[in-house]
Amino acid sequence: MTDALLRLHRVACIRGDRLLFEGLSLTLARGEALWLRGPNGTGKSSLIRLAAGLLRPAAGTVERHERIALIDEATALDAELPLRRALDIWAQIDGIDGPMVARAMEAMALAPLAEVPVAMLSTGQRKRAAMARVIASAAPIWLLDEPANGMDDAARARLVAAIAAHRANGGAVLLASHFALGIEGMAELDLGALA
Amino acid sequence: MTALLTLFWRDLRRAWGSGALWLPVVFFLLVATAFPFAVGPDAPLLARTGGGMVWVAALLAALLPIDRLVRPDREAGVLDQLAVRGFADEIIAAIKIAAHAIGFGLPLLIALLPAAALLAQDGARVETLATGLAIAIPALASLAVLSAALTAGLKGGNAIGGLLVLPLAVPLLIFGAGMLDPAGRGAVKLLAASSLLLTVIGPFAAGAALRGLRE
Repeated sequence: MTDALLRLHRVACIRGDRLLFEGLSLTLARGEALWLRGPNGTGKSSLIRLAAGLLRPAAGTVERHERIALIDEATALDAELPLRRALDIWAQIDGIDGPMVARAMEAMALAPLAEVPVAMLSTGQRKRAAMARVIASAAPIWLLDEPANGMDDAARARLVAAIAAHRANGGAVLLASHFALGIEGMAELDLGALA
Repeated sequence: MTALLTLFWRDLRRAWGSGALWLPVVFFLLVATAFPFAVGPDAPLLARTGGGMVWVAALLAALLPIDRLVRPDREAGVLDQLAVRGFADEIIAAIKIAAHAIGFGLPLLIALLPAAALLAQDGARVETLATGLAIAIPALASLAVLSAALTAGLKGGNAIGGLLVLPLAVPLLIFGAGMLDPAGRGAVKLLAASSLLLTVIGPFAAGAALRGLRE
C-alpha cells in the first residue's frame, strides 16, 4: 500500500494519567474516509491531534505522507478582520491563490458574509468558515474534529458534499463526530468499544 | 518566505491595531512626567538620574503587552494550525520577537525624545540613550516573547511574566545605564554582547516553550 496518505501503527495515547487507547492502527488511502465515533472522553479529539502531529503518541508511530488540514474547536481566524481577509491570511500562508478561497467560501455558502468581521459570526457560521479554510488549503488529508457542531441542516449537507468532493479528488478524511452525518461509503471506528 | 512575511505583518497589525503603538509612548511619558515630581525640579540631579529612569521605563514598556503576544494565538488555535503546517516553533518565536521588536521598539525610540526633554537630558545623553536602547530592543523583545510563551498556559500569568524576565534583563539595565557614565567606556560592547546573547537564545527558548504549550 504505497498510496497510504496517513498511517497510524499501534499507537497509544495517555492523557493526564489515563490510558485512552493503545495498539490502535489505521490507514487512510486516497479517497478513503474514516468516522471516529464514541462517547465523550474516549479519545476522538486526542486521536485527531495525534494524527495531526500536535500530540506525541505514548507508543507507536504516525506517518503522514501529505499536507494536512485540521479543524478543531478553535476557529483560528482573526476575530477583528472581515471573514474574507481572515481566510486570505491562511491562503497566503498556504501559498493558495484568491479564487480558491472564493470557491471554498462558495462551497460553504459564505459569500454573503465576506465583509462581516469574524467576531460577529454565529457558532455555526464560524464552523462553516473553518471548513472553508480547510477546503481552500487544498491539503489532501483532512482531519475534522466535530466539524458539524452548531451547523444547521443546510450547512451539514454542504459539509457532506464537500467531503464527498474531496474524496472524489483523491483526498482522505478522518472525521471525529459523536453523531452520524450520513456520509456514504465511510468506514467506522468506535473508540468507545476499544476502551 | 511569503508565509513568514504574512505572519510578521499579521503580528505587527494586531499589535498596533490593539493600541499597543501608543502604549509604550504613553507609559514612557507618564514615567518621565512623574519622575521630576518625585525627585524635585533640580536639573543637575534630574540629568544625572533621568537616564537610568529611561532604562527602567523601557524595560517595563517591553513587558506591558506580554499577555497578548502568545496567549490569543494559542486560544484561537493559530499556533496549532501553524504547527500542523510544519512551521518550526523556533521560527514562529523568531517572527514574534521580530514583530514585537519593531512593534514596541519604534514607538519607544520616538517617545525617547519628549521623555529625555522632560528628564533634562542633553543632546549627547539622548544620543547615548537612543544607541543603547536600539541595541537592547531585540533582547527586550526576545525576553518578552519568551515569558509570554512560558506563561501563556497559566491563568493570570501576566505578573509572573514580569518576574521571570527581570533577572535576565538586569545585565541590559546595568550596561545600558552604564553607557551614560563618562567613565564607562566598555559598557556599549558589554551591552551589545548581552543583547546578542539574549536575542540568539530567545527564539530557541521561546520555541521550546511554545512546544510545551501543546503537551
